Amino acid sequence: VKKAAPAAEGDYQGVWVFVEQMEGEAAPVSWELMGEGRKLADKLGVELAGVILGAQVEHLVPEAFAYGADKVYIIDDPVLARYRTEPYLHGLVKLIRQYRPEIVLMGATTLGRDLSGTVATELRTGLTADCTVLDINPETRLLEQTRPAFGGNIMATILCRTRRPQMATVRPRVMAMPPRQEGRSGQVIREELGLKEEEIQTKVLEYITAGAAGVYLDKAEIIVAGGRGVGAKNWPLLEELARVLGGTVGASRAAVEAGWASPAQQVGQTGYTVRLKVYFAVGISGAIQHLVGMQTSDTIVAINNDANAPIFKIADYGIVGDAAQILPALVENFKQQLAGRR
Amino acid sequence: MHIVVCLKQVPDATEVKIDPKTNTLVREGVPSIINPYDAHALEEALRIKDELGGKVTIITMGPPQAEEAVRKGLSYGADQAILLSDRAFAGSDTLATSYILTQAIRKLMEREPVDLIFCGKQAIDGDTAQVGPGIAARLGWPQLTFVDKVVEVNPEEGTVTVQRKLEAVKAVVKAKLPALITVEKSINEIRYASLPNMIRAAQMPITVWGKKDFDLDDNEIGLKGSPTTVSRIFAPPQRPGGEILGGIEAVPKLVELLVKEKIVANK
Ligand SMILES: Cc1cc2nc3c(=O)[nH]c(=O)nc-3n(C[C@H](O)[C@H](O)[C@@H](O)COP(=O)(O)OP(=O)(O)OC[C@H]3O[C@@H](n4cnc5c(N)ncnc54)[C@H](O)[C@@H]3O)c2cc1C
Ligand SMILES: Cc1cc2nc3c(=O)[nH]c(=O)nc-3n(C[C@H](O)[C@H](O)[C@H](O)COP(=O)(O)OP(=O)(O)OC[C@H]3O[C@@H](n4cnc5c(N)ncnc54)[C@H](O)[C@@H]3O)c2cc1C
Repeated sequence: VKKAAPAAEGDYQGVWVFVEQMEGEAAPVSWELMGEGRKLADKLGVELAGVILGAQVEHLVPEAFAYGADKVYIIDDPVLARYRTEPYLHGLVKLIRQYRPEIVLMGATTLGRDLSGTVATELRTGLTADCTVLDINPETRLLEQTRPAFGGNIMATILCRTRRPQMATVRPRVMAMPPRQEGRSGQVIREELGLKEEEIQTKVLEYITAGAAGVYLDKAEIIVAGGRGVGAKNWPLLEELARVLGGTVGASRAAVEAGWASPAQQVGQTGYTVRLKVYFAVGISGAIQHLVGMQTSDTIVAINNDANAPIFKIADYGIVGDAAQILPALVENFKQQLAGRR
Repeated sequence: MHIVVCLKQVPDATEVKIDPKTNTLVREGVPSIINPYDAHALEEALRIKDELGGKVTIITMGPPQAEEAVRKGLSYGADQAILLSDRAFAGSDTLATSYILTQAIRKLMEREPVDLIFCGKQAIDGDTAQVGPGIAARLGWPQLTFVDKVVEVNPEEGTVTVQRKLEAVKAVVKAKLPALITVEKSINEIRYASLPNMIRAAQMPITVWGKKDFDLDDNEIGLKGSPTTVSRIFAPPQRPGGEILGGIEAVPKLVELLVKEKIVANK
């Protein structure tokens, strides 16, 4: 087989994961990507590095090693305290130009999407958004980046053949969280930012926080999600079920638009992507825009009064019936079963 | 205030499907619409113009039929529109697209300065959210993405203050003008086009620029200028469905299954 040699292949080496943090708290997607980056680096036979930018973020160095990095690049500078595009762009581009990785992975969070687009443009390289599968072609050594487009109606595999680095973003919870390995360590490379506060055109005036639960959402393992079929009257039953299971309440867009749930609870294309142990979809029809946000959950349970609802096509377990009756029955049964074992 | 709005015509993404036999996109009969986020971007630009005066220019890159989206945009009250249309632009990825849009904005700026550029947070077809940041990077302007509120535009001070979404927080950010903003849908409610504006829009001339009409490097546009290539498209994998256990009588069985398989933890 003929090997398609990328222009600068030999010149660029290694897989990098951008370790996103806010207020010193690492975005869980960074570690999910570290797990994925590890696999890619092993297939290529190269090193995996974590890249940390921020102010007072030294505590994240051992974390990066524990999640699989061989090497860590860090720029710790007060200018990087609260995220702004310009200094992060400056720092990340500087590191990439100097150390030349062949692959750079970032989370498709608001921050990651803001930053990756400018960095790729500055470097005049390709960037693939929101990948759900990443792999290495053993012959060409190219990164095969698979992503949904057209609102999840199609999947596309994207290549960046000749420019480097190959850059990709991945949504939170799409890749599995790797186990932590205590006691791993490696080389730490510290660099200066080389940009002064006066040179930056943007100022963060304040952060408005919704709750006290930290800056990253959604560490839930169980979501009980409701749709239009639940109805305003039965919505408290849904919340009751979530309480009994120690889970969180999620919602379809129809339920958010009806005002039963807040936009922060919306799951799907224009809401959050979740990857959980159990996802209960109650009175949700299973539109593609909803499915793209939850279909990687381990177990999906659907409750719907229409046996032909599309949600049943992807659910592991289904119950056909009226939410008004099924929800209280579930609450009762879970209460009994969970108490009985205690 | 001179505000540019980057407005993309997109197929209604909910209607696009894959032909299972040929594995190609079925585009026939799929209606074209203004990218929904861009309609909100335009609305925000018009609101600022209503308040501070000035001018709103729409820039669209697309095939000749994108004129339809451009006229729709004009009917809301934009002052002028430029359609960038040339076969050589086909196949542009986000890097090439941001280059073409930026070069057009540069040419526009030779005639009249631009203070603000508005984009949607993403297009519903390509879905990347990369073109806005790409334009900002090329111009070297501050970028404010995922904005759900423009708090203040201050022409005297030469600043714009917005509220933008981060993960679980919102950041209030102030930037120097000129700047680029990408918007969320929640930023505003879109107005109805007025009858006079609709009549005006139907009659207005639309400037069309091909690749010879502004400064472009052939190596940076279209397929040649696009580092990413789509190597394969296919229908999304279907999660294998499980079983319908039954009606309400099956609830105890379901609960037992979930508890037994330790899917629902027994604390
Ligand atoms: C299946 C598929 C997958 C793709 N994946 C990638 C990929 O991973 N990486 C990549 O670089 N390209 C990719 N492309 C190409 C890319 O989608 C478009 O060709 C590119 O021109 C616009 O990107 P977008 O639609 O994602 O826009 P976005 O970046 O999501 O658009 C953001 C905003 O930019 C403005 N804008 C975007 N396009 C225009 C325009 N033509 N005219 C005026 N304003 C505009 C609008 O304000 C819009 O709201 C893909 C294309 C397809 C068909
Ligand atoms: C660009 C775009 C982005 C979108 N993004 C999202 C997104 O992020 N998230 C999202 O969820 N949607 C999104 N949507 C909307 C999506 O297409 C669907 O419209 C939406 O998911 C439908 O919500 P639903 O299932 O609650 O309501 P419906 O589709 O109305 O379904 C209600 C279901 O409840 C069942 N039902 C009715 N009564 C009962 C009862 N008494 N007991 C039990 N079951 C009952 C019905 O049989 C039906 O299956 C998006 C759409 C577009 C175009």
